[in-house]
Amino acid sequence: MINYASREINCKIVFYGPGLGGKTTNLEYIYGKVAPNTRGKLISLATETERTLFFDFLPVDLGTIRGFRTRFHLYTVPGQVYYNASRKLILKGVDGVVFVADSQAERAEANLESMQNLYDNMSAYGYDLTRMPFVIQYNKRDLPNASPLATLQEMLNPGWEVTEPSRKRAVPDAARPGEFLVSQLPTGEWVERAPYFEAVAVSGDGVFDTLKAVSKLVLKTLA
Amino acid sequence: MLVDRSGQLVATVGEPPNFDATAFATLTAADFSANDQLARLIGESDFNVLFHQGERESMYLADVARRVILVVLFDNRTTLGLVRLKMKGAVEDLTRVFEGIFARGVGAQAATPGLLAGAEDEIDRLFQ
Repeated sequence: MINYASREINCKIVFYGPGLGGKTTNLEYIYGKVAPNTRGKLISLATETERTLFFDFLPVDLGTIRGFRTRFHLYTVPGQVYYNASRKLILKGVDGVVFVADSQAERAEANLESMQNLYDNMSAYGYDLTRMPFVIQYNKRDLPNASPLATLQEMLNPGWEVTEPSRKRAVPDAARPGEFLVSQLPTGEWVERAPYFEAVAVSGDGVFDTLKAVSKLVLKTLA
Repeated sequence: MLVDRSGQLVATVGEPPNFDATAFATLTAADFSANDQLARLIGESDFNVLFHQGERESMYLADVARRVILVVLFDNRTTLGLVRLKMKGAVEDLTRVFEGIFARGVGAQAATPGLLAGAEDEIDRLFQ
């Protein structure tokens, strides 16, 4: 949202994903690392056992761009399946989405269910996830039972068909040399995939790479 | 205070807030959304006003054009009845203003061109 009166740009980024996947941990790591004068309070509406009940919220100031104070509002949703009402509410007015997947092989089903739920909730608001800033983070890469990246990609990020002729050209993935975000399949069909990042949120690996990527994509939509 | 339903602060008038206004706006929108769901559970489409009473400070929240929330914070120098009376007129006026804005469409709100050029550097700097 651009507020011309107060000369502010406010962007809403939502961290989505299955329960216990590390969404809150992402925010806590960002909170701990960003300079205190560039961030607000970390607000957590959680249960006594620290499971997110409604959302976590962290505003981060990016600085001034072209005379506009630019600020990112980071939200997490509750991952547990039965909290869908509050999960859907958080998506209202979203500018960018990070899907935090749990890399553990036994969480494959939970990842898929959450991804489907994200698509459903977005389309209920009339948002098209394939046409807005969207990145995937594969978290918990350090665990011995983590699935191979290729398996996770195939399952959660198989890509969507590119239909516009002007967009049918290879787009390299800046974060991954040799890989492409838009590419042509052997069948001749053009597909686009969401940018993805490997992470270990508890130690912070990949957390800022993910945030930086989604922030840039959001600002690109304003350019 | 005027708060967007997605949780962003739009404007404030009166005494400047001496609290975290960003967090306040987010929680206000969440408060309204949660109450919308409660309304549906009991067969109402929504609650268009909410009132929270404190010992010294109280707040009254009203829906404006289903997109914005008007929040009035007041202390015991006034009464709920007077606040409610004044808000009724204010909500009607604001509803007209906002409906006019929404009718004009989003096309008029084009972003400043070339914003990204400056932003890339800023993002990199923040995350170094």
